Amino acid sequence: MDEVDLKRILWRSRRGLLELDLQLERFVEQVLPTLTTAELAVYEQVLMLPDWDFLEYVNGKSVCPDPELATMIARISAAQQ
Amino acid sequence: MKMSSIPVRKFDAIIVGAGGAGLRAALQLSEAGMKTAVLSKVFPTRSHTVAAQGGVSASLGNSEPDHWHWHMYDTVKGSDWLGDQDAIEFMCREAPNVVIELEHFGMPFDRNSDGTIYQRPFGGHMSNFGEKPVRRACAAADRTGHAMLHALYQRNVRANTQFFVEWMALDLIRDSEGNVQGVVAMEMETSEIVIFQAKATLFATGGAGRIFASSTNAFINTGDGLGMAARAGIPLEDMEFWQFHPTGVAGAGVLITEGVRGEGGILRNANGERFMERYAPNAKDLASRDVVSRAMVTEINEGRGCGPNKDHVLLDITHLDPEVIMSKLPGIREISIKFAGVDPIKAPIPVVPTCHYQMGGIPTNYRGEVVVEDQVVKGFYAAGECACASVHGANRLGTNSLLDLLVFGKSSGNSMIDFIKGQPKDLPELVMNDVERSVARVARLDNQTQGANVNEARTAMQRTMQAHCGVFRFNDMLQEGVKKILEVEVMVKNTVIADKSKTFNTARLEALELENLIEVAKATMISAEARKESRGAHVRDDAADTAENPNGRDDQNWLKHTLWHREGNRLTYKPVNLKPLSVETIALKTRSY
Repeated sequence: MDEVDLKRILWRSRRGLLELDLQLERFVEQVLPTLTTAELAVYEQVLMLPDWDFLEYVNGKSVCPDPELATMIARISAAQQ
Repeated sequence: MKMSSIPVRKFDAIIVGAGGAGLRAALQLSEAGMKTAVLSKVFPTRSHTVAAQGGVSASLGNSEPDHWHWHMYDTVKGSDWLGDQDAIEFMCREAPNVVIELEHFGMPFDRNSDGTIYQRPFGGHMSNFGEKPVRRACAAADRTGHAMLHALYQRNVRANTQFFVEWMALDLIRDSEGNVQGVVAMEMETSEIVIFQAKATLFATGGAGRIFASSTNAFINTGDGLGMAARAGIPLEDMEFWQFHPTGVAGAGVLITEGVRGEGGILRNANGERFMERYAPNAKDLASRDVVSRAMVTEINEGRGCGPNKDHVLLDITHLDPEVIMSKLPGIREISIKFAGVDPIKAPIPVVPTCHYQMGGIPTNYRGEVVVEDQVVKGFYAAGECACASVHGANRLGTNSLLDLLVFGKSSGNSMIDFIKGQPKDLPELVMNDVERSVARVARLDNQTQGANVNEARTAMQRTMQAHCGVFRFNDMLQEGVKKILEVEVMVKNTVIADKSKTFNTARLEALELENLIEVAKATMISAEARKESRGAHVRDDAADTAENPNGRDDQNWLKHTLWHREGNRLTYKPVNLKPLSVETIALKTRSY
């Protein structure tokens, strides 16, 4: 994964819902630089989720059925202010 | 850059923005066989329309008798009589049609047992001209906006609308007579600048709530269409009117439901004082939204705000039984921990009045045509939150925002089809002045080596707007605010970005977005300073509630639309259209609920 891919991922972390913008802003700053190529690919898949499903998973109201995505979402939820 | 080397793509119609209004217009055009391009910064279903939960209003009368004329009355009253009654009649009459159409497009509305669309009550929706509440809101669970985007997007794909996703429009192109020829846009992936030329251009770019420090709007809501219109010499209408919610988490904007005060939450200032006792001795913290918002701002203005910047107050629920918090206020603890860094069982939540919706925008008529000085700007259309038709006037009725998208998205589409059909087959020669200006703007950012940091300039703008032009306004603060926002503008003109790369350069995109936001911020501050009355969402401390001017509304002098012109920050005014299309005028009266 090259720099262009990373920047594309960064832009796609902009969402339609403010809560996701705020949560992903932290994640992108704190965690994204530490992800492996394989993990980045999972994060890219997470970004394909519809916003409300994504937010429900982040808020722990329900669990993403895909365990790989759920693990990444748990890391997103854990990113602190 | 040589102007002749810029690629030109040609269409019948170009739509900037792929939220509800843009998608609805695109569908109208594509299904009529028009070659239609939609440009969007983000994937369409991630537009901010997705955030709309409440519903869309239409007098279907599925649960009890209802009538578009009653809906019209509620909307005019909600607008505090600043809405244009021709546009409001048009919207309310069209509402049942566009909702049923949406149902046919596959929108999964909640249903009654007889299969009709289920309708629920909503604040301000009344039957028989304000007599009693009526069930008028149609919803798809609590994901109405989301469902609407999906239904419209799928339908557009089927109709062969061409989507240009992750493209940012930079500037409007006008010829020597002011007719609109299209837009200059940038592909994010490559930073390539391309001219999109068309017979008709629609802006459906949404609101600009990010001008305020505290806003419920997503980061993408940067008023790009408003900035582009202003730079192209189009005035912005009624920009002093913004809807606020009293309690958003300070610094984040995420809303804390008013139910928290209902369950016993108390607002406190820096001294720990329960200040609502002074403003509303009986209702206290349960006073109406407006009263609570004004009290909060007054506390902050008088130096009793909390935090290092003394810019918020505290919402205290530490005295409530933790079990009540967990059972009756689910989600609030999470929001507070996540976005305020505070567990509300142990410490109070920092809150501040928070901007939610922009009533003003690009001036249009109910056909979606942009109108300047009584003249239609040929080839230019606007719809949705970026437009001002004006149906929301000084304040928007709940669920009328999604309705606005559907009705004016569709009517713009129809107007564009008519216009395109009357145009010669070949597109005229492009006039390059605006293109040169746009290219120069990007080149300035690429060449600038010293100057203001984009984040710092944005923060300065947001703090200035929040402190000087928020939910409750003071003459001296507004006057000072005008000076300050013009200082911030100087910063914005001198921003510097470290990253000069060509691929997905988010730093450059954010700098360009800020150039749009600052236009909206100036329009808002300058229009608000000038309007010396209180009306709807524009509330001034010095506009007294008198017998002659109830609630500070001064119809004698201020029953008119503001128009802010970027050139020289000039203001002009135009009359409110009090004449509906077919019914009698809804006569002026005091707005009270």
